[in-house]
Amino acid sequence: MIALGLLGFAALLLLGLTLWRRRSRAILRPIDAYERLNRAVGLAVEMGTRLHISLGRGSLATTRGGSALAGLAMLRRLAERTSASDRPPVVTSGDAALAILSQDTLQSGYRVAGAQEQYRFSTGRLTGLTPFSYAAGSMSVEHDENVSANVVIGDLGMESALIAEASDRENSSLIAASDDLSAQTIFYVSAQEPLIGEELFAAGAYVGAGASHEGSLLVQDILRWLIIITILAGSFLKFLGMI
Amino acid sequence: MRIVAILSAIAAISAGIIVLLGYFVSIPPLPDLRLLLTDWAILIAGMAVLVGIYNLVAVQMEKIRTRQKGGAYGALLVLSLIITFGFGLLLGPEDPWMRLAVEAVIVPVEAALMAILAVTLIYASIRLFQRRMDVMSVLFLLAAVVFMLAIMPTPFGPIPGDWFILLVEGAIARGGARGLLIGIALGTLLTGLRVLFGMDRPYGGN
Repeated sequence: MIALGLLGFAALLLLGLTLWRRRSRAILRPIDAYERLNRAVGLAVEMGTRLHISLGRGSLATTRGGSALAGLAMLRRLAERTSASDRPPVVTSGDAALAILSQDTLQSGYRVAGAQEQYRFSTGRLTGLTPFSYAAGSMSVEHDENVSANVVIGDLGMESALIAEASDRENSSLIAASDDLSAQTIFYVSAQEPLIGEELFAAGAYVGAGASHEGSLLVQDILRWLIIITILAGSFLKFLGMI
Repeated sequence: MRIVAILSAIAAISAGIIVLLGYFVSIPPLPDLRLLLTDWAILIAGMAVLVGIYNLVAVQMEKIRTRQKGGAYGALLVLSLIITFGFGLLLGPEDPWMRLAVEAVIVPVEAALMAILAVTLIYASIRLFQRRMDVMSVLFLLAAVVFMLAIMPTPFGPIPGDWFILLVEGAIARGGARGLLIGIALGTLLTGLRVLFGMDRPYGGN
């Protein structure tokens, strides 16, 4: 019942704050990695190079799918913004359903930007069904496809080190975030500006995906403060021996 | 196209709401509907794997046809896939030859990549200071080295004070990890709600 109540509360907050955000735009704190991403998108369009977006291997049937959905929301916006480019972005993933959704998202992005002819089925790829085969397939994209920036956002594990290393070898930018703690550690040492924890879920808001993304950032902040207060109050009561 | 987009949004949102309610409310027929819809999702995910493999082959075939860089590796991949898939269908996954394909090719290749991974991680750690020279990077590497010293076996037995390092650093690490996981859980919750309300529609059409 508590879980359902929390869910309902979060849903109400999300709806309310999204409506509020539609009227006034949010002022977001600067995150270096997303500033680098916005620069990389502009540079890729100007220089005629590609963006490589890797969405990880988070199955949508599991809780790991959340990071994949956040990656798809960002992809949609990036597809719109790069629709003027000669070289459309390449999207790789390690889960079949995610690969299909990435194709669909790319197509929607181009359609909204009025550049539907830009869409190629080969730009949304399944590169492998096991962690390492996925990484190996993504590495070959980084090597062969004139990529200037790699955006790796989603559920990845240790194999992310291989993707990050390939990016380093090709001298391309790496903007990376994962919901997995080991991958976060790897990205902390490999990426120029690392994204930590829930910063992954801010991707949509920082690439201009709309009021709902800004609203959900606000809800995350409110819920986080509620959790902090609950933990502190619980610890204090436990210290006093009241619970 | 517009009607397809509306219908797919209605199907996705209603299926999401039914499955979610089925978790929390045990009023019939919600739990049964949840199981039914989950079964359908598993079936669709199974079909998606076949579509994904077709996509993998099609991308490699295009690479070969247009003589792109890495086309030879693409040809090797398609050939191996066809042979393995064909023999797998004919002999079944329990056949000794099929098991050999897994044990003598796939497992060693993945193990080799795992070994490369260890070297890659050490190299990345060494290069961290080249990338970013700040307090957090110094703390990060220091904590990693001290923690490894405390847990690694040495010829002289445990290092003095290892229990204290594990106690203090372990508590900080566990606290930090929990904080990160709470943040990720909140992000996942909100992302799910956005999809449930149709604010994000990754299934196209919007």
